This record gives sequence, structure tokens and C-alpha cells, in this order.
Amino acid sequence: MRDYYDDRIVALSARLVTPFIQLFALYVVFHGHYSPGGGFQGGAMLAASFLLIRLSIGTAAAQSQFRRSWGTPVSSIGSLVFLGTGLIVLFYGFNFLDYAGLPFSGSEPELRNAGILAIELGVAVAVAATLTSIYDDLVGEPLGPLAGGLDEATEVAEADQVEGPERDEERGDG
Amino acid sequence: MRHLTLAVLFAFAGLLLYGIGHVPERGARESPPNAVESPVGSPNAANYYIENAYVDAETPNMVTVTLADYRGFDTLGETVVVFTAGMGCALVLRRSRR
Amino acid sequence: MAEFWDGGYAYYATAVLLVIGLYAIVVKRNLVKKLIGLNIMQAAIILMWVASATRPDATVPVLDTHGDHGKQVVDPSEYLNPLPHTLMLTAIVVGVATTGVAFALLISIYRRYGTLDEAELLEQMRGEPG
Repeated sequence: MRDYYDDRIVALSARLVTPFIQLFALYVVFHGHYSPGGGFQGGAMLAASFLLIRLSIGTAAAQSQFRRSWGTPVSSIGSLVFLGTGLIVLFYGFNFLDYAGLPFSGSEPELRNAGILAIELGVAVAVAATLTSIYDDLVGEPLGPLAGGLDEATEVAEADQVEGPERDEERGDG
Repeated sequence: MRHLTLAVLFAFAGLLLYGIGHVPERGARESPPNAVESPVGSPNAANYYIENAYVDAETPNMVTVTLADYRGFDTLGETVVVFTAGMGCALVLRRSRR
Repeated sequence: MAEFWDGGYAYYATAVLLVIGLYAIVVKRNLVKKLIGLNIMQAAIILMWVASATRPDATVPVLDTHGDHGKQVVDPSEYLNPLPHTLMLTAIVVGVATTGVAFALLISIYRRYGTLDEAELLEQMRGEPG
């Protein structure tokens, strides 16, 4: 069973559009202060760009964009950024998650502005990595070399090949 | 069994329609989310957040200030929940190579 | 009838979606369809919360700071209630994550029993010892 839509036009369109999706996702994260947006929305859009590449040229070829082994560590890094921002403030005598205690120079409203941006970045990274990791776990191990796919994708798939398809454990069409 | 199922569904629908008839109109001034003072006597949370979001955090978006500053602890718990869901998926589905 | 089109239609839509979701959970035999019924009910509840956050002649809860920067007196009746939007942001993402875990469990059930039909699953599980 192949896990992507095997067509050259679809693959080319997805590869053209994905950088703009990622740029817009970063825009949504950073402009959560001035317009509707923020960490969760931007993280979901970032995960959508990763999933678009996985659906159009295959999981094996998409490892060069976001490896499946990165999902869990990156999501825990995002949560740790959030938690770290809250804990740093404890060392300076303020309450937990009270951004006025961040060790930068500035008035209190500006420090809260910076604290909100820091935790939104952490949340975006955690949500994007978790959604991509859930998709990777649902799809399973990568299949064999791509049949009729793109040339550079075949090289990447052969370089990153983990093992053959587990036909003995897969029943039916999944 | 099918009759019991249909009866339960109709009872649920009837209960919902009865409840909708007794809910205050959307955006009414007297309803608890929009009142000036909460029933306990403290200032209403939503009005306080609207008035003090820009003063406290110099951020025009009140929803982000509420999510990340006033209710930041809930957001921390929610991030941990998302991470735990990713962990749960990984533990259920990933099979170790023997 | 005027009040139905003024504001009450949101709650009636919520009620319709809730009943549809409950129908899917109770009547359908496939586990994936039950899961989709759960998702429909979650969407209905989010719709109810967000729809109840309106005020008459109010705008989006984002300040317009192009005019005068700094201290401007904010009238709370001009802006929507930001609290339900905040809570439902969290609810949406948690719902997506929970659906992911539910699908993982369904895949695991399919690998173990070979079927996703509720009646066949109950038969197989009753036949097993312990």
C-alpha cells in the first residue's frame, strides 16, 4: 500500500506551495499580538505544510524536511520552552509564569509582551511536532523504494531505508 | 432495542429544545458573561481582561493576552496534554524491532 | 420568529448537531463512525460556546492602536467577550490530539481482532477466556 498520491503535477504543486504555507504560519505565530492568531493556529498550519509534503511525495522522501525521529524530541523541546520561561521567573523572585520577572531590560508591559511571544513560539513548535508525529505513527513504517516517483526522492528513500515492509503483520488494506 | 434507542434520542432532543427556550438571549446585557459585576460581587472577568489587556501587556490582541498571560496556567496544561497525546500515540503504535 | 433569526439560530444549530452526533455514536456499528460522531458533538459544543460570546454592535477583541498609542480608555461593551474564544482554542487542539489517540487505539484494535465492527468485536471478546 503506498502512502502518497503518485502524480507529478500534485507533487510539483505541493512543493511550490509549501514554502508559502510555512511563511504564513510563521507570520500567524508572530502576529498573534496584533491580529487573530498565535501559537496554536500557527503550529497547526506548520503541521499542515509538513503533512502536505508527506501526502504528495511520500513519507520516505519527506524525511529530508522533517524526520520522523524528530517528532517526539522537538515537541518536548517546545513544552520545555514554555515551562522554562515560567521557571526562569521563579529565580528572580516573581510568581510562576509572571513575565515581569524576565531578566531583560524594559518596562513591565514590554516584558510581558516578550514573555507572551516566547511561550507562543514554544506552543507552536510543540503543536506542529506533535501533529506530525501523530500522523507518522498512524501511517507506520516507510514502505519500499518509490515506484515511479521523483529521482531525488528515490535516492533519499534508499539512503533512509529502515527495513522492508512488515507484510506479516499488516492485515487487509489497513 | 431500536425503539429504546429512538426514545432516548428523542428525549435528548426534547431536553435540548427545552433548555434552549430558557437560555438568555445571545448578547443580553443581564446574562452572566456580559454583566458588569459577577454574581459574587467581584468585577466581571471578561470586562476586566478587555479593559486591562493593553495596559498590562502592550498587546492589542486581547485573546492572546488572556490565553498567555491571565490564563497562562491553562495554556501550560494544554501544551502538556498535546504532548501526552503524542506520547500516547507513539507508545500504542510504535513497535520495537526485534 | 424574529428572535430566531436574530440570535437563537446558533443554539438550534448546536442542538441539531448534538443529536446527529449522538445518533452516530449510538446507532452506527463501525467504530470509526462512532468516533466521527464524537467529533461532531465536540464541534457542536465549540460552536455553542463561541456563538454565546457576542454582544450587540461589538467588534473583534483586537484593539486598534493606530490612532493614539498608549493609554486610551477602553469601553468593554464595544468588544466581544474574549474568554470563550480563549477556552475554545484550547478545546479545539485538545480535540484534535484526542482524536489522534483514538485512531491509534482503533488501529491497535484492528491489528488484534481483524475487524472494526462492534457486534463482531463483542463476540470475539466474549469468546476469549479471561
